[in-house]
Amino acid sequence: MEVINIKGTDDTPNVILDKASGQFELSGRSLPEDVNQFYGSILDWIDAYAADPLDRTEFNFKLEYFNTASSKIILDILLKFEEIVENGKEVIIKWHYHEDEEDMLEAGEEYSDIVEIPFDYIVYTD
Amino acid sequence: MEKEKQGFLDFAYQLYKTMKTNEISLVYEGEVTQEITKTFTSLTEKSLSKNAESNTVQKKVFNVMVECLQNISKHADSLTDEDEERRGIVMVSKGDDSYNIITGNIIKNERVQSLKDSLEHINSLDKAGLSTLFKQQIKESTISDKGGAGLGLIDIAKKTGSKLIYQFKELNDQVSFFILTSTIKRN
Repeated sequence: MEVINIKGTDDTPNVILDKASGQFELSGRSLPEDVNQFYGSILDWIDAYAADPLDRTEFNFKLEYFNTASSKIILDILLKFEEIVENGKEVIIKWHYHEDEEDMLEAGEEYSDIVEIPFDYIVYTD
Repeated sequence: MEKEKQGFLDFAYQLYKTMKTNEISLVYEGEVTQEITKTFTSLTEKSLSKNAESNTVQKKVFNVMVECLQNISKHADSLTDEDEERRGIVMVSKGDDSYNIITGNIIKNERVQSLKDSLEHINSLDKAGLSTLFKQQIKESTISDKGGAGLGLIDIAKKTGSKLIYQFKELNDQVSFFILTSTIKRN
């Protein structure tokens, strides 16, 4: 599969989707005005990946901030990985949050209430 | 002519004094675009970090500003149907124990009641209730043509832990002016 490697800007996140090296990461800031435009190709990639996933997928979310429109898209991404779990493969979400940011931890907990995927919470300090 | 000039100078000074007294760090009236949103949030971020405000408060202020501004850029109506610009006012002020983010925009009268209902409903909920509503809404919502998910106000209430303060002022039989104040406690 092709590798997606998008460098973040002040309103869009870093995205790495690399099946060969097993790297899956969304980090930085996500507040684009048009989330569909930014995430369209990413969602397509994940759809294709879900058809033939690795036995174990580890997805790192290390977001500093995301707007509510992005929060909907993040749920869409998680739901696609939930399907992979339903198809018998292992997926683990590594949810990183800054020690000062309880809101980011809570956001992760809310997602894990909605989707049936195991979450690991990882605290970091700068 | 001289008198008029003097009047403007006085007005500028009065405005400056009012802003200083109320520690208003930002006032804007005009079109609200993604560029404006990025500029204002980064300005406010810089000024907060200069004031050595805690990370938690900085993030909350940033967060609430983005949602308020994107609400205007997605939902504001205009005085006339020919006018497509999404305009609004934005004000950020610092009090002794909180930051206030005040935004205002035109809204069609026909949309006032349903917005009022949403605001009332959000204000009636506690932290757990807001979280439940958010989870329900995020599952059911779809991204609109305007790119919103209908989650902005719930998110603001969740992150601030304060009630949303709002007012509608009817301007004529077509439109009203909607003012929203979000308060972020400083500790």
